[in-house]
Amino acid sequence: MAESVVTDAMKAQIGVEGPETVSEVTSTGCRLFARAVGHTDAIFYDREAARARGYRDIVAPPGFLGSAVFRPGERSDGGAHPQAGTPYRRILNGGTTYEYFEPVCAGDIVRSRSKVTEFQERQGSIGSMLITFRETSFVREDGTLVAKMYGSLISY
Amino acid sequence: MAEQVYWDDVDVGDEIPTLRKNCSTQQLVVWAGASGDFYQIHYDEGFAKNTGLDGIIVHGALKNAFLGQLLHDWVAPAGRVRKFGCSYRGMDYPNQDITCRGVVTKKYIDGSNHLVDLEIWTENPSGQKTSPGSGTVTLPARG
Repeated sequence: MAESVVTDAMKAQIGVEGPETVSEVTSTGCRLFARAVGHTDAIFYDREAARARGYRDIVAPPGFLGSAVFRPGERSDGGAHPQAGTPYRRILNGGTTYEYFEPVCAGDIVRSRSKVTEFQERQGSIGSMLITFRETSFVREDGTLVAKMYGSLISY
Repeated sequence: MAEQVYWDDVDVGDEIPTLRKNCSTQQLVVWAGASGDFYQIHYDEGFAKNTGLDGIIVHGALKNAFLGQLLHDWVAPAGRVRKFGCSYRGMDYPNQDITCRGVVTKKYIDGSNHLVDLEIWTENPSGQKTSPGSGTVTLPARG
């Protein structure tokens, strides 16, 4: 195993939440997401169908937590690159897990913050790599934690 | 949509109904808009080949969302998807079958919730697991 590429500055990032992102869960966003996936359940498209099943409004399909926010001139990935300061220049999305504590519905405004939870260094089929584990929390306007997203980024 | 599945009737080792997908490039463009992931390897063949790929590849996050649908369709209307996710292990291509499958690994009760854990994954036409993952759902209980 080569020497660790995890710097003190990187270690200091662990557990520190980044800037807040505010995104809207709109009926249009839910419908488009559901259509892209190929969902057939009407609760993802129709307010009355959703209400008839006990939801407040059109339901955000699994994996949808608000439309991406684009601001001209800003990076769309929202933050510092974890591999900055390491020898790695390429990055892969290793995977994502969503955990829901409450249903997310159209009309919700969710505030999210991400933090690095762990760095792991491994030897893999693509050579040595750094895996950065991140966790993002999504909080509704009334303060309820509605979901968490766990992701890993592979730098190599 | 199929009839309601009840927690009582589920056993560890059960395989849930398969969800078969086959993405057109149009579907990948709809997904790009829906997700905000506009990376060109998912809709521009020349761009994809210039990066060393064999061609356009399906977004990993879309395959993950397919697994979300697999679970939703199994537990609906009364059950809920609590947690799901996968690793993006292998590539899938448009106009090829992506088969979403799941097997029950655990059933348990937590307070008033009747829960089931599953191993879930997408399979390419060769039967390789391109997105292995896991999920947790709640199901209604009888009586």
